[in-house]
Amino acid sequence: MMHLTALRRAEQGHILTPRLETPFHDRLAALSETNDWYSWAGYKAPHSIFDTELEYFAIRSTAALFDISPMVKYRIRGTDAARYLNRLTVRDVTKLGIGRVHYTAWCDDHGHVLDDGTLFRLAADDFRLCCQERHLPWLLDSSGGFSVEISEETAEIAAVALQGPTAFAVLEAAGFDGIETLKPFQLAEFPHAEGSVTISRTGFTGDLGYELFASANAALSLWDRLWAAGSGFGLKAIGYDALNRARIEAGFIVANADFITAEAALRADRERLPDEIGLDWLVDPEKPYFNGRDAILRARAKGTLKHLLVGLEIEGNIPAEGAIVYHRGKKEVGLVTAAIWSPLAKRNIAIATLSRPFGASVTDNLWVEIYAMRELQYQKLMKRARVVPRPFVKLDRRSATPPGRF
Amino acid sequence: MTSFDAIVIGGGHNGLTAATLLARSGRKVVLIEADDALGGAARSFEFHPGFVSPGLAHVINRLDPDVLSALEIDHSTTPTAAPTVALSSTGVHAVLRGAYGETIDGVSEEEAARFAEFRKKLLFQAGIFKRFLKRRPPEVGEIAFDDLKSFATAGLHLLSKGREEGRDFLRMLLMNVADVADEFLTDDRLKGLVAFDATLGIHLGPRSPTSLLGLYYRLTGEVAGATGAQFVAKGNSHSIAALFDAAATRAGVAIRTGTRVEKIIADRGRATGVVLSTGETLAAPAIISAIHPQATFMALTDAAEIGTGFRRAIGNIRTKGNVAKLDLALDRIPEFPGVAPADLAGRLIIARSIDHVERAFNPAKYGQFSNDPVMEITLPSLTDPSLAPDGACTLSALVEFAPYALADGWEKGKPAFLKIVLETVERYCPGIGASIVATHFLTPADMEERYNLPGGHWHHGELQADQLLINRPVNAATGYATPLEGLYLASAGSHPGGGISGLPGLLAARQILSEKRA
Repeated sequence: MMHLTALRRAEQGHILTPRLETPFHDRLAALSETNDWYSWAGYKAPHSIFDTELEYFAIRSTAALFDISPMVKYRIRGTDAARYLNRLTVRDVTKLGIGRVHYTAWCDDHGHVLDDGTLFRLAADDFRLCCQERHLPWLLDSSGGFSVEISEETAEIAAVALQGPTAFAVLEAAGFDGIETLKPFQLAEFPHAEGSVTISRTGFTGDLGYELFASANAALSLWDRLWAAGSGFGLKAIGYDALNRARIEAGFIVANADFITAEAALRADRERLPDEIGLDWLVDPEKPYFNGRDAILRARAKGTLKHLLVGLEIEGNIPAEGAIVYHRGKKEVGLVTAAIWSPLAKRNIAIATLSRPFGASVTDNLWVEIYAMRELQYQKLMKRARVVPRPFVKLDRRSATPPGRF
Repeated sequence: MTSFDAIVIGGGHNGLTAATLLARSGRKVVLIEADDALGGAARSFEFHPGFVSPGLAHVINRLDPDVLSALEIDHSTTPTAAPTVALSSTGVHAVLRGAYGETIDGVSEEEAARFAEFRKKLLFQAGIFKRFLKRRPPEVGEIAFDDLKSFATAGLHLLSKGREEGRDFLRMLLMNVADVADEFLTDDRLKGLVAFDATLGIHLGPRSPTSLLGLYYRLTGEVAGATGAQFVAKGNSHSIAALFDAAATRAGVAIRTGTRVEKIIADRGRATGVVLSTGETLAAPAIISAIHPQATFMALTDAAEIGTGFRRAIGNIRTKGNVAKLDLALDRIPEFPGVAPADLAGRLIIARSIDHVERAFNPAKYGQFSNDPVMEITLPSLTDPSLAPDGACTLSALVEFAPYALADGWEKGKPAFLKIVLETVERYCPGIGASIVATHFLTPADMEERYNLPGGHWHHGELQADQLLINRPVNAATGYATPLEGLYLASAGSHPGGGISGLPGLLAARQILSEKRA
């Protein structure tokens, strides 16, 4: 007979594998040379597969496969689904056509951003909402008074991003007929194995690219299909570090990296209105009521917005990650949340949050203080920073239809 | 579409108060009442041919003088304060006279002195609360000068009585009524009475923390200038409802009874009108909802027009009623042994002791009614003879505890509980059963249905610490204005709370009048 403690321990077997594995894990693990994993929403995800530098250049020069299965996915269906989402999110859902995708954000009653994400309109009454953080309680609480069904399908749906100049050529070679007609932010369903795969022309790299969604049990065959087709097009599997460089170049922000989501914020002054994290363009004051509308419009009318998210170009070539931003080199006015030397732009770029009016009406004389570690000694660099528009890199191939084969 | 300056939803006394005040300021006001007559819970109704119930509110103890004067209601005909009889099974009852027992009959001299001290202490402390009940609750984060002034004067008033009183106030504030009663009193009848009064209409037993607040609330009320006084409600043309109705008519309020508001029209954060059951649409820059906040926001307002957090907060208002209402038509005036005939016109309390009230409460926690309930009885036809035929009598009782969500359901539970209630009354009034001509019994479930009162709660939400002041009905709608611009709340669900005071209606109207017209 088993000892009671041993018995209890056996019942807690799940703690031995605290990180879940995505449906693509077997392929990623087989390819992984660096064995460098981190936790993404509870899933084992690669920082890198073989070499971050080369992985980055796969995105920009050939094609890259990035497993986005851990991305949180909700399915929202029902006769009130569009009305429900229009109240939930800041952008006008009635303008989102069937088979289209848009980037959006949602706020609490105080206008503080709960998350940003992409909304896929799969059918008139059928949507998929993808995001960084989990929101089921909020989504369910929001459903009172609406005829909608909401479920989380993060585990059931495998998703992979195929990004880079040869991404279209890979899909074409893989036999996804008709993929050439897909415009940016459009989605379509394609047959795969016994079922189907939904492909959208979306991504997080600012490059030509697609995201593929299929049921978890079709994940490996989908991967293999892409991998086989990609052999002649320089297709590489990549980890988050490479993707992160591409997304910074594209000027995209990441929840709880570039801003703190309202539900995660412990300190009251860390919450952000959309206008404070560069999402003001999503907010549609003309559309019907939505969560946070009053607070956002009131802050605009009263001029009480406190922060501003900007793109910075910094002199020199040392990435300013985590650097403090100063005005006149003395007054602390903000923080760099993401920064790289951009190989594509050949510029030292950063995403930063500043306290208004800095970055808004006061844009001159901004400096960042970079601590460069050089053989166990910090070299403190005070570098001039210039507010520049995002994206830092704009690629025509991203939106050309039909896309180029390269 | 017809346009008004203001639309008032609900013709209870608070709706009538708000409508009258707005009309007297020169605004064009329409009031919509779903029922065929005005007055809501303060409206009398015939429950048997010739027998009229005063309505849910059979005791009037907090009709605000400012409301009366603002509405120009002449209430000088108010009778002198009705006594309260704490019934004892031995037949030796304690009788509180004047305003909440200025003098007491039937107790020892020492006990009377102790009660006087207890009464003085509580009236003083309730007086501090009272300052906050007659003004809009302060808005956290936007404290106005007036708010600071009222905090300061309340503080100074407290200190003017010496540090000891200040300490005592803070000590007692959130105590339970049982411990306070035990501290001051020895007589079970008096302790039972105050335990009952503190918990009437509230889901708390006397030993539940903060239960003293209910007694404070009662003692913030006044009638005819006497704090803590009470009188038994009249009916028909003398009812409170009729007085408020007449004031509204005099002020020129357009009144539409028998018409239901089906929907509040709103667009992009602003309420602009209502759709009526007749299919008509009325428009107004100000819509004042004097019905339960949940009825306002969960039933009449499209969820798409209010925030998730706000709707969730409204939906979470604790509003499960705990009181049943009994009306009896009697063929003669009942005799309660030991009660002087003159005192029958007062308030008779069945609550033998703190334990009795606590034990009556215990099953309510588990969705069951008590087998030995506590109650407050009046014989309204003794005060207003028009309520019953000559020689006959009406009896009205509020019975605790009768949980809204009865585990077995009220369909099954109602006859069983009524039987228990009648047997209980019989014990204190032998022979009354034989004189019953008709019985009318409302459970919280019935009240919900009859008065459009979610949870059947006459306070429109539990009157407890977490749902008072800046959190009544919810923090985002505490100042009568709501997140839906143009929509205001004016029911008992708003500060200061329930009872026939008219204060929520008065304060809501003042708020609207203080704002720039849209």
